Amino acid sequence: MTTQILKNFSGLHNILIEPFLRIFTGPNKAEEINKLMKAIVTPLVALGIFLLLWSAGASQIKTSLGAVPGPSQVWEQAVNLLDEHKEERQKEAAFYERQEKRNAKKLAANPDATVKIRSYTGKPTYIDQIWTSIYTVMTGFLIASLIAIPVGILCGLSPLIYTALNPLIQIFKPVSPLAWLPIVMMIVSAVYVSDDPMFDKSYLNSAITVTLCCLWPTIINTTVGVNSIDKDLINVSKVLRLTWLTKVFKIVIPSSIPMMFAGLRVSLGIGWMVLIAAEMLAQNPGLGKFVWDEFQNGSSNSLARIMVAVFTIGLVGFLLDRLMLMLQKSISWDKSAVIR
Amino acid sequence: MDSYLELSHVTIDFPTPNGPFRALDKIKLSIDQGEFISLIGHSGCGKSTVLNIIAGLHQATEGGVILNGKEVSEPGPDRAVVFQNHSLLPWMTAYENVELAVKQVFKGKKKKEEMKEWIEHNLELVHMSHAMDKRPDELSGGMKQRVGIARALSMEPKVMLMDEPFGALDALTRAHMQDSLMEIQTELNNTVIMITHDVDEAVLLSDRIVMMTNGPAATIGEILKVDLERPRDRLALAEVPEYNHYRAEVVRFLHERYKNPESEQETDSGSNSETATASAEKPATQNKQENEEDTPVLYAVND
Ligand SMILES: Nc1ncnc2c1ncn2[C@@H]1O[C@H](COP(=O)(O)OP(=O)(O)OP(=O)(O)O)[C@@H](O)[C@H]1O
Ligand SMILES: [Mg+2]
Repeated sequence: MTTQILKNFSGLHNILIEPFLRIFTGPNKAEEINKLMKAIVTPLVALGIFLLLWSAGASQIKTSLGAVPGPSQVWEQAVNLLDEHKEERQKEAAFYERQEKRNAKKLAANPDATVKIRSYTGKPTYIDQIWTSIYTVMTGFLIASLIAIPVGILCGLSPLIYTALNPLIQIFKPVSPLAWLPIVMMIVSAVYVSDDPMFDKSYLNSAITVTLCCLWPTIINTTVGVNSIDKDLINVSKVLRLTWLTKVFKIVIPSSIPMMFAGLRVSLGIGWMVLIAAEMLAQNPGLGKFVWDEFQNGSSNSLARIMVAVFTIGLVGFLLDRLMLMLQKSISWDKSAVIR
Repeated sequence: MDSYLELSHVTIDFPTPNGPFRALDKIKLSIDQGEFISLIGHSGCGKSTVLNIIAGLHQATEGGVILNGKEVSEPGPDRAVVFQNHSLLPWMTAYENVELAVKQVFKGKKKKEEMKEWIEHNLELVHMSHAMDKRPDELSGGMKQRVGIARALSMEPKVMLMDEPFGALDALTRAHMQDSLMEIQTELNNTVIMITHDVDEAVLLSDRIVMMTNGPAATIGEILKVDLERPRDRLALAEVPEYNHYRAEVVRFLHERYKNPESEQETDSGSNSETATASAEKPATQNKQENEEDTPVLYAVND
């Protein structure tokens, strides 16, 4: 079990730990140290230059909200946002504790008393917004994948279906999420009427918009992957008279996994960008809303906070991509293939 | 005629942008059960096409293939194919590759335990028991080809179709594989049709060698019956005059009467007109490019 996990994480493991190990195990220590220095020092130098240019350039520009913040102000705000989150959590804990105490007292006085626990309704913190966004993008992406992979496989296998769907795919593919959003919002509010809604409408709006933009790269890549299966393998399945399902699961899917994942990764990347835009435009909870609120708020800290969000969005996008990579590595049959 | 496998007037036209391209013209051949047939001819003449038609992967434009009294219309496991490049599924182990075929053919006929035994037995036949659990990328070229043969054998096919099964192997491995194939064929008495570029291989293994004329509209130029006693031993045979005679026959056919289409032009006048049959006209110049794409080399003495 643990070895399995280790294997799955070997991507990170390779990047982070192996160079260090090689110093001790490698045949030429001096060279290994040299290589390691290069691998670490070069990006650090680049980062340093970037920070220098940033802080030098930032102080030159005055906006209506004051000077453009430099790295140190942004760092400060990042710490602030984290502190606010912790504070909010403490308040929440205290809120529940008070309720519990009150209820316990009530029950002690009268065992039959009905007690209620009201939920805490504080403002969502920055960390909450991050989680909302991740949760939403994953939902939209998952729905899109569940539709796009089968459709892509069908398109790849059947020229008829491909000819039928290709024009639709090509037309919908370049549509901006901002154009989808109003339509999605109208349809969701028309169709999703319920007294006790399981999901927030805003959550559905964002997720469906993400879905609509995530579909296309996966469909197209899966189609290409399925289409380019080795003809000999298709002949094998013909000679064996494999049933359609066996063919799909034993031959078609395994051989198109690399292309499928290439599509999925592009989709997830697009989905993440789309989500932020959709949240800004529709005021749906998430990082996009945070950015918009800060912009409207217009305090002297706003720009720095927005920059924190920019870095967060980039980092989360990067981590999501790594996650897909690890998933691909654990699913792919060819462990020796170089996947990046 | 009640031969086991019958090719009657098999003709095929491939659609191309410049109109239909006739690859094969009226191929006639009857094969008995248990016979070992080699197909030999220059590159691009249509050997693979013949095999694919028998396998059912291509449809003949005219004529057809009759196996055991029934016309062949689609691919099926009674005509197992050993592909030129092994065509194992790279994500499955050797065992699983054979298993896929066995499960398909013996579904409902064999119990789970029997299937397992049967898969292992077939891998044993090609001496691959030790590497059952390896995936193709962990196997050498010869081992992959052996698994491919095991997969074909495991289907208990009426006919084994082999498209240059040993073409990609080095000389030593190839000799070893030829010996194993002869052993297996003696034991199981399969009907085998094998494409080869190797004259020695053809003579060593076959009961009959079918020599094809150059395309387009290729047909059977000559059939050579190889009357050498079995079991055959490659070392002993080298001394036998008949063996060398058969060998010379094939080489003469390929190099004199139907020479390599690429060298056709300069030696055209010297070609042997009295042996040219109706279907062996000079290749049209238009098809010259066709043949240039693949290297029209005869691998008579390989490696
Ligand atoms: N699907 C196709 N469409 C059009 N032409 C084809 C097709 N398949 C084969 N041909 C043509 O038919 C001819 C015979 O091809 P084939 O592959 O049978 O040759 P071959 O004898 O097996 O050659 P090699 O020894 O190089 O494998 C060639 O000229 C080829 O260009
Ligand atoms: Mg061929």
